[in-house]
Amino acid sequence: MGPDAGVEVGGDLHPQVARRPGRPRPRPGRRWRLAVRYALLTLGAVVVLAPLYLTVVNSLLPPSALAERPPPFFPLHPRWHDYPVAWSQGHLGVYLRNSAIQTVIIVCGQLVTSVLAGYAFAFVRFPFRRVLFVVFLATLMIPFEVTLVTNTQTISSLGWYNTFEGLAVPFLATGFGTFLVRQAFLQIPRDLREAATLDGYGHLRFMLRVAVPLARPALAALGVFSFLAAWNQYLWPLVVTGSGDNVRTVQIGLKLLQGTQVSHTDVALAGTVIAVAPLVVLLVAFQKQLVRSLTGGAVK
Amino acid sequence: MLPARSRRVRAVREAALGYLLVLPALAVFGVFVFYPFAQNFRLALYETPPYPGLPSRYVGLHQVGQVLTSSSFLQSLGATLLFVVIVVPAGLLGGLLLAVAAHRRLRGMTVYRLVFSSTVVSSVAVSALVFGTLMDPVVGLLPWLGLNPSPPILQNTTWALPAIAVMAVWQFLGLAFVVMSAGLSAVPEEVLEAARVDGASERTVFWRVTVPLLSPTIFFGLVVATIYAFGTFGQVDILIGYSNAAFEHVNLLVYDILNTIQVTKTPGQAAVLSIALFVLTLGVTLVQLRFIERRVHYGS
Amino acid sequence: MAEVAFRGATKRFDGRAAVDHLDLDIADGELLVLLGPSGCGKTTALRLVAGLEEPDEGAISIGGQVVNDVEPKDRDVAMVFQSYALYPHLSVERNIEFPLRQRQVPADERRRRAREAAGSLGLTDLLDRKPRQLSGGQRQRVALARAIVRQPKAFLMDEPLSNLDAALRLQTRADIVALQARLGTTTLYVTHDQVEAMTMGHRIAVMDMGVLQQVAAPSDLYDLPANAFVAQFLGSPGMNLLPAVLEPGQPSARVSGGHLPLGEGAAAAAARAAPLVVGVRPEHLFLSPAGTLGATVLLVELLGAEVQVLCRLEDQTKLVVRQDASAPRPAIGEGVRVAASPGTVHVFTGEDGTRLGGPG
Repeated sequence: MGPDAGVEVGGDLHPQVARRPGRPRPRPGRRWRLAVRYALLTLGAVVVLAPLYLTVVNSLLPPSALAERPPPFFPLHPRWHDYPVAWSQGHLGVYLRNSAIQTVIIVCGQLVTSVLAGYAFAFVRFPFRRVLFVVFLATLMIPFEVTLVTNTQTISSLGWYNTFEGLAVPFLATGFGTFLVRQAFLQIPRDLREAATLDGYGHLRFMLRVAVPLARPALAALGVFSFLAAWNQYLWPLVVTGSGDNVRTVQIGLKLLQGTQVSHTDVALAGTVIAVAPLVVLLVAFQKQLVRSLTGGAVK
Repeated sequence: MLPARSRRVRAVREAALGYLLVLPALAVFGVFVFYPFAQNFRLALYETPPYPGLPSRYVGLHQVGQVLTSSSFLQSLGATLLFVVIVVPAGLLGGLLLAVAAHRRLRGMTVYRLVFSSTVVSSVAVSALVFGTLMDPVVGLLPWLGLNPSPPILQNTTWALPAIAVMAVWQFLGLAFVVMSAGLSAVPEEVLEAARVDGASERTVFWRVTVPLLSPTIFFGLVVATIYAFGTFGQVDILIGYSNAAFEHVNLLVYDILNTIQVTKTPGQAAVLSIALFVLTLGVTLVQLRFIERRVHYGS
Repeated sequence: MAEVAFRGATKRFDGRAAVDHLDLDIADGELLVLLGPSGCGKTTALRLVAGLEEPDEGAISIGGQVVNDVEPKDRDVAMVFQSYALYPHLSVERNIEFPLRQRQVPADERRRRAREAAGSLGLTDLLDRKPRQLSGGQRQRVALARAIVRQPKAFLMDEPLSNLDAALRLQTRADIVALQARLGTTTLYVTHDQVEAMTMGHRIAVMDMGVLQQVAAPSDLYDLPANAFVAQFLGSPGMNLLPAVLEPGQPSARVSGGHLPLGEGAAAAAARAAPLVVGVRPEHLFLSPAGTLGATVLLVELLGAEVQVLCRLEDQTKLVVRQDASAPRPAIGEGVRVAASPGTVHVFTGEDGTRLGGPG
């Protein structure tokens, strides 16, 4: 059976009229396939976005409307009332600030320690370098939850319970970050290092003036990744935050909000939207870096 | 030419610099990763009374045995394993399918890609609130769509765990999508074209060419997803509590650990559970390494 | 039968036509070379035949049947990519077998044909290796074996030799020609190397900026270029092209530094158009005290059996003269007289380079 069996023969060759330039002209068969593809993509997008979308919609409705059947998919008269309520009752302003402080500390810490260690592993010769690198990688194998018990005791005994130090210090270094930065530094051609040495650059100056600027994409990516991870932390802030609003982060704040707003789901949802909004903005702005950061880890 | 002595001095100074650069990260790891990890083994052997100040009693492996055979642990174990088995393949497959669907040079792909990666902004708390509302028997969308068991989803002994699994998968989709997309970009387009010209249908191209060439990325995703799944906890904390009827079926291991730290205040038992978690995670990863990594095709 | 034809085929990228209303017929069993500089559209044209690109206008047909709507996998053509595009995760044997698996050929038959194809290209000892363990030349042969194993209607080759070193290129060129002659499969061969084109093709289709310039046998292309572009693209170096004006009343063209004789027919054609460009190949020029053209020598290159003299005319136009090594060699900076052998001067229009007449 030849591969042509079943294919209609047009017979004559008909030159066809052009459509808009630049776009592939789908023909029957191809057009169908393209439509199916777009349909599947849209379905996927709906599934992914629906939860958040519905959350936003519900936050704009009065509580009574939420229980309507069928549930409303679009707020005809959006009620912004819940947002200020969520903000004040949920102390979201304070919590957002706390989250920001905690996250910034962690991100800076991770960047600094990863750059220093990554540089050492890439460019500095010292005994047991390889062993130490394996040790760094080993931290990836120990999930945080496994260290919870002792860490709570440590933080407690350091008097860091319910403080920003307690929140951030355990996360100031990351094996993944060191790995990523080392990879980026290793991409720098050896010729460059040698030329710099001839020009009188010691390690520190080379690191600051050459290596770090050249690795900027990887560092930006690591920054984004760290930011997301730190901002979204739940377990540790839950454990280390006591009563009061001094350091409570927005994630724990959301949990509280949910608890106090049992009959006002719309308020809790408004709080959720507020908590997510900064990240959405960042995602849209830094989409490219995000991809690049995970390229560094995925391609071994 | 430099005298040998000077060279040795230089080597020593370079080594010192290396250690200095690595020190900050290593210090953090030492205190907050390795020490707690090791401490678990010591704590597991001691029964510590809930009141501070009283001495702990050495009980050796008795405590270990007691915890590991307790019904609550076995329940936890069962629930956690089931959870991981659901979440990891679902999350990876979802990410892979979305990545493949969006990996075309068509109009509007940037928007789809943004949407598919958007769930990286969702945190545990966010996904819990969002889905908690969706599953609420009164105001939720899912019950309206027909998924309305009694008792309601989040209190239902059969449905509670899948519900949490859905939340975890949704939250993970964004990351899975980004990782898979990055891996896909590394698959050379020409090899796929060669397969098409050679007569392969799109399905064949996907399974026989794309997936094998993507295998390092899939493997990386597998390891990351597993560690992530084993650490799931927040949704249980926010949506399902101790008093929930379905609790036993959703009593994920980390929740158990936290419980023994904060509620029953028995760090010895917590330590045993932590070690169990570690062994479990490591064990599964090693199994993956052994059986799956063999079939991973690296580099061209 | 397996003729391939383009009818008004057009393909645009970002508004620019990579292939512009191409009309071209390739006969069954012919080896046609698509030749042109980078970006001229030859690879795009090849991909249109493969089905990897869809035409915006026009039609592609294979074996007399329009294939615009036919998927690549159903077109029964085989393609050899510039980068070989071997499946990195499969062994050589599996790579070669791959096309046969899609056609549900039974396993033992598959193995037999794959081994046959591998054998004909000297790959029998490499069947278990993976592509990354092979040299460039070996990978290229695997790509060829994969193409021939299923006896397709046509071979499509996209600059298969460009990644090989010079010696290997020569050998492989001969191998491909012999292979094609033996198999008799219609072949479309893309290259930017005009030496390759001249030695391999039954016919050559020269393209520039998406437009077909001329399609003819190599010798016709060389002796009777249809326009100035083809004239200077073929030959190394290409034809000398000089701006000219017809001498009133005489069959001769005035150029900077002198004049060149034209044949009657060429002169008549030239009379109808102005401005003009005249062309004459380096090997048809020689230095002679009686020469009709004055020039200054810039460079004398010794090429073994021949000598190439690069000269400059009054208006700074460069002129290349090729002569036998035994002829007297000028010195750099020397003023010389250049003559054209009779019947070797071509005339093109000054506007778009179309041939008007000559040589003669």
